[in-house]
Amino acid sequence: MKIAVCISQVPDTATRIKIGADHKSIDPTGVTFIINPYDEFAIEEALKTKEKIGGDSLVYVLSVGDDSVKETLRKALAMGADEAILLKDSNKKDSFGIAKALADEIKNLGCELVFMGKQSVDFDSGITGQLVAEMLGYNCVSVVVDFKLDGNKIIAEREIEGGREVVETELPAVITAQKGLNEPRYASLKGIMAAKKKTIAEKPANDFNGYTEILDMHLPPSKQPGRILGTDKSAVPELVRLLREEAKVI
Amino acid sequence: MAEKILAVLEQREVSLKKVSFESASVVVSLSNQLGLSAEAVVVGNEITNLNDLSKYGIGKVAHFKNEQLANYSPTAYTDAIASFAKETGAKILVFPNTAMGVDLAPRVAVRLNAGVVMDCMKLEVKDNDVVATRPVYAGKALIDVKLTSDIKIFTIRPNVFKPQNVDSTSFEINVQPVDNPNLKTRVTSFKKSEGKLDVAEADIIVSGGRGMKGPENFHLIEELADVLGAAVGASRAVVDAGWRPHREQVGQTGKTVSPSLYIACGISGAIQHLAGMSSSKYIVAINKDKDAPIFNVADYGIAGDVFEILPALTEEIKKLKS
Repeated sequence: MKIAVCISQVPDTATRIKIGADHKSIDPTGVTFIINPYDEFAIEEALKTKEKIGGDSLVYVLSVGDDSVKETLRKALAMGADEAILLKDSNKKDSFGIAKALADEIKNLGCELVFMGKQSVDFDSGITGQLVAEMLGYNCVSVVVDFKLDGNKIIAEREIEGGREVVETELPAVITAQKGLNEPRYASLKGIMAAKKKTIAEKPANDFNGYTEILDMHLPPSKQPGRILGTDKSAVPELVRLLREEAKVI
Repeated sequence: MAEKILAVLEQREVSLKKVSFESASVVVSLSNQLGLSAEAVVVGNEITNLNDLSKYGIGKVAHFKNEQLANYSPTAYTDAIASFAKETGAKILVFPNTAMGVDLAPRVAVRLNAGVVMDCMKLEVKDNDVVATRPVYAGKALIDVKLTSDIKIFTIRPNVFKPQNVDSTSFEINVQPVDNPNLKTRVTSFKKSEGKLDVAEADIIVSGGRGMKGPENFHLIEELADVLGAAVGASRAVVDAGWRPHREQVGQTGKTVSPSLYIACGISGAIQHLAGMSSSKYIVAINKDKDAPIFNVADYGIAGDVFEILPALTEEIKKLKS
């Protein structure tokens, strides 16, 4: 079986965001880029699935972006992915445009099972997996914390408000990974060395950029630091009074 | 006949969720500004509180009904909503940004060739077009966006848009039975988690961090949450340490929340945590270290020992409630 994993590269979550000169994107100066944290769970689940079904299964790792994304693709290769494909584009900001590029390539490769992180921690929309699935006519379970594949049949658990939904479906399918799905493996030294030798295939992504027009990017209004009411429990009655009378939230 | 704007509602366990009324209210407000006609659509089986929609200015609701649709099915729900939107020629759809809404909105978007903006915190009409404001980088920045597609989809963050009471001039429910729903992907059961309330939906959150010193001390957080009717939240540090489940995590790799009141206990305020909670209306910080970054976003703070202050706070609120 051919399995695809779609990954993206995002600013480290410890990054302090500065707005770029165009007021439509962030200033990338000094920003460390990392693999999107949720994508690590997607890679791990793809590798586990490949190991379980055995045979001549292949794991393809795909990303849409510019040359800088190669480093992140290599990380996936080092973890154990078989092939990496970079769909070159430096303009796509809209999930729809990204999903279209991924869907075209997944179709081209003939992958029946697709994993990706449940959201990319930059634009945070959390919809690329569902878009890709719908474009391909695949089934889809999003925000998955437990995944079982038995032949063609999928039983997955997805996290929702207040609990987990048990979802049944079948291949072909797109699964989006939530934290808790598994423990991503570390790349072995052997894996890292092998990944260095592998070629990353490069193809131009399609030129559909989606439907979103960014008018402005800005920082949230900064909060005035509040009042420190005290240093021990004697401040508690005053806190409760303020919450009740000033903030009116209790 | 004016073109339509649709509120897509969410029901669970036979009633519409609170956020459904927020979607309805948003749609009514946008319809007035854009000269559209506001309607609502819901998929489910029995729904007991559909009539409540008439308090928010909605004139018509389409209820796609089948006993197999009481639980969410992505395939069947997408079919029903996309075909209804096509039939009615809806120009704008507003979904709640809940687990269901996030799953469903993009699927409907593909069917309608519609652009989609997720997790909106503000929707404004400018030059007869909708400009949406949404957080990116977990709220470290905001973007104003508009959609260039003919049909537009927006999802709204729960708790941000307060429902406005406007009596509907007329109100009708059109029940549309669904024959042979496409259940290729379907929810077969629900495993309820132990916690009573989910951080993504709660109006008050009491969160604990590493300053709680160990999982055995979280009963202090739970007791305060209990008397306030609040959800329990956690920082990434304590989730990674295995003290608390991931579903409680607030921050960039957890949930981004906007409750009315957020009480941070023993949380220093790492950037990724602040990103996830600083849009809360009121923030209280309790932390020993008076220089902790959490105090920079807090409205009220006590720079003291959580183990002394938490029980006192729980007692004080108990007194108030009795």
